[in-house]
Amino acid sequence: MSVIEVNQLTKYYGKSRGIVDVTFNVEEGEIFGFIGPNGAGKSTTIRLLLSLIHPTSGSAKVFGMDVVSRGPEIRRDIGYLPSEVYYYEGMKVIDLLKYSASFYPGDHTQRIQELSETMELELHRRISDLSYGNKKKVGIVQGLLHSPKLLFLDEPTSGLDPLMQRKFFDLIRKENTRGVTVFFSSHILGEVQRLCTRVGIIREGRIVEISNIRTLQQNNYKKVSLTVDGSNPLSFDMPGVTNLQAENGTVHFFFKGDINAVLQKISSVQVTDVTIEEPTLEEIFMHYYE
Amino acid sequence: MSANIFRHEFRSRFKSVLIWSLSIAAITFFFFSLFPVFADQAALMNEFLAKYPPELRAAFGMSNMDLSTVLGFYSLLFLFIQLCVAIQSSNYGFGLVSIEESELTADFLLSKPVTRTRILTSKLLAALSSLILTDLVIWVSTFAAIEAFGQGRAYDRGTLFLVLFSLIIFQLFFLSVGLVISLLVKRVRSVTPYGLGLGFGAYMLSAFTGVFGQVWLELLTPFKHLDAAYIVANHAYNTPLVLLNLAVSLVSLGASYWLYIRRDVPAVS
Repeated sequence: MSVIEVNQLTKYYGKSRGIVDVTFNVEEGEIFGFIGPNGAGKSTTIRLLLSLIHPTSGSAKVFGMDVVSRGPEIRRDIGYLPSEVYYYEGMKVIDLLKYSASFYPGDHTQRIQELSETMELELHRRISDLSYGNKKKVGIVQGLLHSPKLLFLDEPTSGLDPLMQRKFFDLIRKENTRGVTVFFSSHILGEVQRLCTRVGIIREGRIVEISNIRTLQQNNYKKVSLTVDGSNPLSFDMPGVTNLQAENGTVHFFFKGDINAVLQKISSVQVTDVTIEEPTLEEIFMHYYE
Repeated sequence: MSANIFRHEFRSRFKSVLIWSLSIAAITFFFFSLFPVFADQAALMNEFLAKYPPELRAAFGMSNMDLSTVLGFYSLLFLFIQLCVAIQSSNYGFGLVSIEESELTADFLLSKPVTRTRILTSKLLAALSSLILTDLVIWVSTFAAIEAFGQGRAYDRGTLFLVLFSLIIFQLFFLSVGLVISLLVKRVRSVTPYGLGLGFGAYMLSAFTGVFGQVWLELLTPFKHLDAAYIVANHAYNTPLVLLNLAVSLVSLGASYWLYIRRDVPAVS
């Protein structure tokens, strides 16, 4: 079952573009990565799904319900961590969390305790006294305390130190194994690679590609590095080879196509070292942006 | 209405309510402490005032005030109370929705499972309760001041109630007009200039109608719709103007709901 169905969703702010004709689905229980540079339309998409803003055209459904007409119902089971966290400055952390919890039925005290222990959040400090990273932690606890079925994370790791990032990822994975669907927007590819099963790539408001992380890495490109003796590196300039670079007897390139062609070529020259590996998402990503 | 939003909103305004209402109470007492002088030397006082140019007297709405009576004196004081209350109500109106946006907490509130209609209703009721709490302090301090400094002079209680009650209609106007303006402009960065502008602007308009005798201007300003001197002189509201005032408030409120439900919450940064 699709938790999120987005159909030709378009948003213009006056004349300036938000997103154009965006279509994708997110299935129940998956961690969907949403990548793109700043200003590509990641936040716009999330804000449309939360009905913080209204679409110019197209439609979107969450849990099978239209986001424009049934927003409040949908939001009952949504947790949202905005990219920049700002809360009522005069309040104490615990008061804010209680205020947040009061919007959802049931008692969430226990869960607030657990989450803030995991994230090492001090509950009795004033929000105005918190550092950026600590405010982010408030955001994380606030977004999770009502045990939502769908999580929107908008560049969640900025401001968290590496240790906290890891704890955060563990937390998200744990939620995911409980069946929570995660929509993870980021421009940092490493973290998307670590966490997500599928990714959508957005650029200048349009979706350029949606695929499995595995297929994205496997079917596309191989990254080949060779150390060669006395051979002309330019002899590797064959069909399917891109980004050919040579320095001090080492040759790097990306290859797409029948891998045997490269292997034959390699065996025809004298090499001292060979590595053939999957490119990082980062490197694939750069390709989409060229 | 959501009780939790109401509570949050009411609490966040409580300090401001205390400051406004205690200041107004202090002004009331200070001002009324001068009443015995005015009352004892009524003839001298009125003679003295007659020496002022009529334009100036008109600007303070004193053309038809008799400062030697309790209600006459109070209607001059009431003008200042109205000015304070106008600024306070405008502030609340302008800030009702825009503070969430300028302090970037709108995302928090609007991603909760509540409809915007409910959010706005809860916010409006909280602001109105804050204003009525202010009124309570004003009403009590008015009676206390009259008791303390009125020298037992007789006055028409019913008329005073009319004057005091007019505050609620008056506040509703500034609250709702402030709110609708804040939703019409793209972003309110700071509430105070808008609030001062609306409150003081309305007062200036009313002063000018006095000075220049432009009667049509009084259609625009609540200071004329609910002129205490008029109420005291006629023992009644100026019904057409009060209805006009209420109509503007209600249209503003309706428009605010319409705008707020369709509003795109501006993103951070």
